[in-house]
Amino acid sequence: MEVTNDKGMPMPSELKRLVHFASLEKVLNVARAHSIWPLGFGLACCAIEALMGTNGPRYDLSRFGYEVMRPTPRQADVMVVAGTITHKSAPFVLRLWEQMAEPKWCIAVGSCAISGGPFVDSYFVVPGARELIPVDVYVPGCPPRPDAVIDGFLKLRAKILDPKVVEL
Amino acid sequence: MEKKLPDVIKDLKEKYPRIEVSEQTITLSAEDLLPVMQELKENYGFNYLSNLTAADYPAEKKGKGDDNEAEDNGEMEVIYNLTSINENCFLTVKTRVSRKEPELPSVFPVWGGANWQEREVYDLFGIVFTGHPNLKRILLTDNFEGYPLRKDYQWVGGRK
Repeated sequence: MEVTNDKGMPMPSELKRLVHFASLEKVLNVARAHSIWPLGFGLACCAIEALMGTNGPRYDLSRFGYEVMRPTPRQADVMVVAGTITHKSAPFVLRLWEQMAEPKWCIAVGSCAISGGPFVDSYFVVPGARELIPVDVYVPGCPPRPDAVIDGFLKLRAKILDPKVVEL
Repeated sequence: MEKKLPDVIKDLKEKYPRIEVSEQTITLSAEDLLPVMQELKENYGFNYLSNLTAADYPAEKKGKGDDNEAEDNGEMEVIYNLTSINENCFLTVKTRVSRKEPELPSVFPVWGGANWQEREVYDLFGIVFTGHPNLKRILLTDNFEGYPLRKDYQWVGGRK
């Protein structure tokens, strides 16, 4: 059987299998979605779960290609806000976020990063990361299990591949 | 230090008759604080200030009318936990300051480790340590208003 392209022209069969056409943005998004580099940055106990527990051998975030923790915000793609943000730490959280290059995403892990959590009534706690920076994925829990954090990363992957999944 | 803790306390009571003593605690006034602390470190081997904290005891409110007056009238207690590392023994020293003018000599010249601990007490209770080399807020931001660990500290907000 002769293989043709979508305009009906004949073409070699390997080419049909190997060559695909898409917009550049879409191709880039495929690359981005499968190698999100997190900023190695934790504020409190959730960092143990979201960064260390999830990255450790048992849950092994590397399976998905997200294990390259970046020590500098200039090389990071996603900021995992894990822990309580106090008014004293708010300025440097914001500063780290602003130092990250576009495109960038934010995952808020745990009650404190979502809304201030159990410390919301304290005199020195910021009620959630969204007061400072735009959040893409919320992972609830106090702290969330590493499975949930991985699910948060996969949700972010789905959003990067197709931003329409988050539209209502 | 050759003497055991009960003897140390007995010794001190003889030297400074104004202080109150119990089994492991010495309670003294602000003017006795520095000489007694210096003595404890140099002659009795308490070479380590393991903890320095405070507690707020506002005066009890008598009626609805005198709210402000009652709050100002109480006292604050500053507590020093001393350790003798060589002898493995512990001593608590307490002193009281008025809430109206909370001022106390700094023990920084005796134990350098008091530096940050006194800043923390100043930060959260507003007790001023005279002679401290760098008395400014340590945990809260510099523009924070009020002293949040005082009993009368009121704060509304946070939830959105």
